[in-house]
Amino acid sequence: MTAARSETRSRSWSSRLSGWISGLVPKGQWLPDRQPAYVASWIYVFGVATLAGLVLVIASGLVLTIGGVTWWHTSSLGHFVNSLHLWSVELFFAAMVIHLWGKFVMAAWRGRRGLTWLTGAFSFFVSIGTAFTGYLIQTNFDSQWISTQAKDGLNSAGVGAAFNVMNFGQMVLYHVALLPLAVLLIVGWHIVLIRRHGGVPPIGADVPEPAAAGTADAAPATEREVR
Amino acid sequence: MARRAVTPDSHAFPTRGYDLVKEFVIALVVMALLVVVFAVAVGSPDEKAITMESWAANAPADVVATATSELAGTSTTAGYGPPYNTASDGQALGPITLAKWIGVTQPVDAANDLVIDPVSTLTDTATQQAVQQWKAASADQQGTWANNYADALGKAPDGDPAKVAQGDYGPVPAIAQGELTLAKSGALEGLLTTRTTFFGTNPTKALLLLADGSYMADRADSENLSGDQWGMMNETGHYPGQPWLWLYTFWYQVPPFATSDNADVQVWALMILLSLVFALVPWIPGLNRIPHGIKLYRLVWRSWYRKHPEAGPAAAQAPPRRG
Amino acid sequence: MAVFPPLAGLAPLDAGFVHWGFINLSVPNVLVIAAMLVVFVLALVVPFPEDES
Repeated sequence: MTAARSETRSRSWSSRLSGWISGLVPKGQWLPDRQPAYVASWIYVFGVATLAGLVLVIASGLVLTIGGVTWWHTSSLGHFVNSLHLWSVELFFAAMVIHLWGKFVMAAWRGRRGLTWLTGAFSFFVSIGTAFTGYLIQTNFDSQWISTQAKDGLNSAGVGAAFNVMNFGQMVLYHVALLPLAVLLIVGWHIVLIRRHGGVPPIGADVPEPAAAGTADAAPATEREVR
Repeated sequence: MARRAVTPDSHAFPTRGYDLVKEFVIALVVMALLVVVFAVAVGSPDEKAITMESWAANAPADVVATATSELAGTSTTAGYGPPYNTASDGQALGPITLAKWIGVTQPVDAANDLVIDPVSTLTDTATQQAVQQWKAASADQQGTWANNYADALGKAPDGDPAKVAQGDYGPVPAIAQGELTLAKSGALEGLLTTRTTFFGTNPTKALLLLADGSYMADRADSENLSGDQWGMMNETGHYPGQPWLWLYTFWYQVPPFATSDNADVQVWALMILLSLVFALVPWIPGLNRIPHGIKLYRLVWRSWYRKHPEAGPAAAQAPPRRG
Repeated sequence: MAVFPPLAGLAPLDAGFVHWGFINLSVPNVLVIAAMLVVFVLALVVPFPEDES
């Protein structure tokens, strides 16, 4: 390969993008079949449980959209799908909060994982916003009450000027398009960060020395922190 | 040499086999089963929306009083301020008046939009004349009539318009009665939402009118949904609501917020601040050491600490460095 | 509001509110919060099966 050709490759947008993507996560870590030996507690399942909850929220929501915005009031199947959607959301939030409690007691932000915590926090906030718009579009008494109450908080902060919770048409689109997309983007970023850094080591843990004969003074494993 | 406290690279640790995809599928199946069980056993709430017709049937005096308050300029909407009108400045956080700075972006003229416009569609002579009389009067005269009638309704037994004392109310009783007639006929929310816009998907005006009355608020209060009842966390009927909103609603229950005119903007500013603190925990000294202090992590990693006794509490007490 | 009437009786929610000082929580919410705390504690203390290979 000539110098000119390699230079062209490194300047190409395509190769820069593919290089950036493959550099996001260490080789073999996108979907590894091994994990650090210290990951051995039930608390670790609540991240994936939250993700599963999110899948169920979206799936049940999609079924609900099939009939439009009011069909579930008069159809018993529709009402059941609505119940599936409500309980997906309740379990999604329950799993997320337990996941959050777990990550807090583990101080999981250590080792340059601050951004993982931050994206997790924003996943929480944006999820609350998405759930809130869901309540607004139920087209029942709950929606009437919640919209007329919430408007005061939002108006007081000037947000109500553009985000009118009583505007049903606007809230439907926020709930089924804009906000779920925001949730997926932030959660996606959160997951990429987890794959990038791996699960946080125990507090005070060191990489164990390799147990090889005659290597009592072997150098400890070097830190290969991914930038 | 002091033990370093920088967090080592997780990829340098010994590993064991683990099937992430299988874990996800199991999680999905378990969560799905839980969702189905709860959906079948508990279901979901669906209390029907309050129609203007049901409002008129259950609380006709409230409809009349609400219409009157719109005309008098004393309803919540009439005196709201931005983003609906300039009747007030909106809430303030010290010198900061965000709502006022942004201004009126969803104009609502309470008297005209919520009452006069729909009532004008009634074609009987008496109502038409009443509307003309109202429109021809000065703002002061309108205010006098409407406030007189509002006071009189307040003094009448059960607020019943039929039992109101004689007084100088001008066309207001006829107009308020017109609003009640429209509500009873089921036409009112349509007139407020789609009278001029065929594809009406924005029931803001109908909701504002409903919220200006006491019927909806009384019903919400009876279900513990009001702001001063931790209502933000609750749900209609006997269903779980939004427990994760506990801290948002907590502040409304305690002084000084509980009695402040600017409670909304104060609580929301406080919650934005606390949310930022929560999001920035990794970088806040003190807060980011709480896990080390409460030591629950020892349960999470007890298996590792058992096998590697040189790690754990002793190492965790090392002076913190960026890690 | 359960869909299947035979199972409607399972809903243990016809109970009302818990008043404690100025705190006013619905029983269903209290149950949800209590359940989450129990699950959290269990997640921390229940041993996780480890394959020692």
